[in-house]
Amino acid sequence: MGELRLMKGNEALAEAAIRAGVDGYFGYPITPQSEVIEYLTAEKPYERTGMVVLQAESEVASINMLYGAGATGKKAMTSSSSPGISLMQEGISYIAGAEIPVVLVNVVRGGPGLGDIQPSQSDYFQTTKGGGHGDYRLIALAPSSVQEMSDFVPLAFELAFKYRNPAIIVSDGAIGQMMEKVELFEQMPRMTDEEIRAKYKWATNGKLEDGTRRIITSLDLDPYKLEEHNLKLQKKYKEIEENEVRYEKIMCDDAEYIIVAYGLSARISQKAIQLLREKGIKAGLLRPITLWPFPTKQIKELVDSGIKGFLSVEMSAGQMVEDVKLAVNGKVKVEHFGRLGGVVHSPEEVVEALEQKIIGG
Amino acid sequence: MAEINIQDIIKPENLVYKKTRLMTDKTLSYCPGCGHGTAHRLIMEVIEEMGKEHDTIGVAPVGCSVLAYEFMNIDMQEAAHGRAPALATGIKRLWPDKVVFTYQGDGDLAAIGTGETIHACNRGENIVIVFINNGIYGMTGGQMAPTTLVGMKTSTTPYGRDVAQMGNPLKITELVAQLPGTYYVTRQAVHTPAAVRKAKRAIRKAFENQVNKKPGLSFVEVVSNCNSGWKMTPVDANNWMEENMFPFYNLGDIKVDGKLIEK
Amino acid sequence: MTEEIIIAGFGGQGVLSMGKILAYSGIMQNQEVSWMPAYGPEMRGGTANVTAIISDERISSPILQVFDTAIILNQQSMDKFESAVKPGGILLYDPNGISHHPSRKDINIYKVEGAKLAAEMGNTKIFNMVVLGAYLKIRPIVKLENVMKGLKKSLPERYHKLLPLNEDAINMGMKNVITVQEV
Repeated sequence: MGELRLMKGNEALAEAAIRAGVDGYFGYPITPQSEVIEYLTAEKPYERTGMVVLQAESEVASINMLYGAGATGKKAMTSSSSPGISLMQEGISYIAGAEIPVVLVNVVRGGPGLGDIQPSQSDYFQTTKGGGHGDYRLIALAPSSVQEMSDFVPLAFELAFKYRNPAIIVSDGAIGQMMEKVELFEQMPRMTDEEIRAKYKWATNGKLEDGTRRIITSLDLDPYKLEEHNLKLQKKYKEIEENEVRYEKIMCDDAEYIIVAYGLSARISQKAIQLLREKGIKAGLLRPITLWPFPTKQIKELVDSGIKGFLSVEMSAGQMVEDVKLAVNGKVKVEHFGRLGGVVHSPEEVVEALEQKIIGG
Repeated sequence: MAEINIQDIIKPENLVYKKTRLMTDKTLSYCPGCGHGTAHRLIMEVIEEMGKEHDTIGVAPVGCSVLAYEFMNIDMQEAAHGRAPALATGIKRLWPDKVVFTYQGDGDLAAIGTGETIHACNRGENIVIVFINNGIYGMTGGQMAPTTLVGMKTSTTPYGRDVAQMGNPLKITELVAQLPGTYYVTRQAVHTPAAVRKAKRAIRKAFENQVNKKPGLSFVEVVSNCNSGWKMTPVDANNWMEENMFPFYNLGDIKVDGKLIEK
Repeated sequence: MTEEIIIAGFGGQGVLSMGKILAYSGIMQNQEVSWMPAYGPEMRGGTANVTAIISDERISSPILQVFDTAIILNQQSMDKFESAVKPGGILLYDPNGISHHPSRKDINIYKVEGAKLAAEMGNTKIFNMVVLGAYLKIRPIVKLENVMKGLKKSLPERYHKLLPLNEDAINMGMKNVITVQEV
């Protein structure tokens, strides 16, 4: 068993970055995720593993430092919260276009605009439908506990490098700020420069000994070549959709109604299904762990198994519910419930929503 | 009469100049008379001469030189408009023993990327910035740049740059020279053989500073013409540059070994 | 066993650290724990509250509307959280500064003169430990030895010399809890 600690989600994520053998972190302070860079600077990861931590002058600079660093084959990450992630979108699009494996973290807060600093899930569209320009996808992991804030860091890097695609950890202010017991994984070694040069031949870290030179770009002025590049990306996205869907099912086996919820909403909904079952209502929870790729197939299977209705519970005006509806394809009732602007719904409100919108409706 | 081919004329003993192999064979996309090609070549010659071919990563963002990676035969990254110093920071921080440079135009470095430029200079990133200043946005068709001279006509200042409306041309090179993070700041040109020789020495000095881990960033501005943007012949453009650009953008070293040059 | 607790008072009263010590104590005896503060500008000077959950099972929602126990340390928190105690649950409060005492009839109510006792012990900073002691007397969900282990883990090394004083404070709270009503 690994070391047990009581940590905030943001701190666990930062510690996990050091332990995962990350080479560089570039970030800019913004509530509610500033503990990430505060923890990293206090921990002196340069002494522990040689990891570089740099406070950039803006989120725009952070994401572009990440682009430069990631394009050399090193493990680079950044974290921010909603408005900062909006600022990064141009860079994210470049990174996706140039197929650079980096890890981003969004500790989501209420919006739009400056919004507030309370937990929210209103960046689902931005995350899964491409906040930046062009046809691209981010592999999106949604932790619902402090433990997963830690565990998803090495997982995000694994997936990012496996597919040469940016991955994003989509958390929220509550998961970032709350403390829970976390079992830390053992320190993983950082790759040496020689290992990186040998393993990632695409990376720009100085021409290879045989004279091969590498170019990292997202530009191709020839539309036919750019179409070809896009088709290659789409093929990769399809492969990810086929292989990397992650989800958790809780009490779905005998369920008549399913709540679909991720992150903090999944935790609240888990309590809600306990309360519903105490009332004799057979409810289950499907928790997407990957927001993209989305567990479309699993929802279809639940529809086929005779589920009577789905409630998508999100701290937003109803974003993920569109993907649930696409999966259900009109066969049974799908509704959304969620509080907005940083208000967190209570388990009791979720119970009431399921009773009124799905069972009674 | 026997055919004579080029190999018969150019014998090794007659050779006085050879293109560096760190320039690709691809035909430059720049307008005839433009300074970009010369500036590219000087950088590549310096890297070859310093034996850093396998240890250099270049970053060229959006602008006429967005395709620099097609001509510079080394590992290259193409950045978003204005962000090259941030990419270079990311690379250099994780590969401190590699040679990292950016190649940026005036709109890129002194307008959209001002923040990244100032902060990379202020942090004293151990990189080289090569800054091509032709006082205009070349690639997008000749619009006003932050360095456009007062009264100069561009497609967005068709009656000449009006200070009351558009402010003064930005001497960003003098500005970054004031920052403690810059170690070497110079302004050069590449329009005559003499200027080319001087510019090469400056570029060499900048890269040597980096390789020798001198504390701070080395910044080389190259004042260049944009004959098509200025709507002049290449010769007229060079004359105009000497008469109008140089009096405002004075050539020469501004800061050497971390010390400002007294003028 | 699952105990859902809200601790609420002024910033600076040690509300957040009391929750943290409870959570750490839970970890020391192999339980699942969560600690969810109300964060943001109100942390600085205004009211502070934290939801602490200790359970033998995986914890579902870390954010709750109703609680098994409310530990209330100022009037604003009394106004806000008295109604949030589950019927049959516990409300523990320090009467210092409280003008409207709790009036519900369906919950167990206790009080402890935490501020006064801490002052008598010569260190107002151990106020939250006195209150924690009172709570653990009513609901011994974690063992004192595990509280001390948790305290040791959550306090920086340089404060370890204060551990005996903290233990005394917990004992003081345990001895001085007053039952107002039990249902």
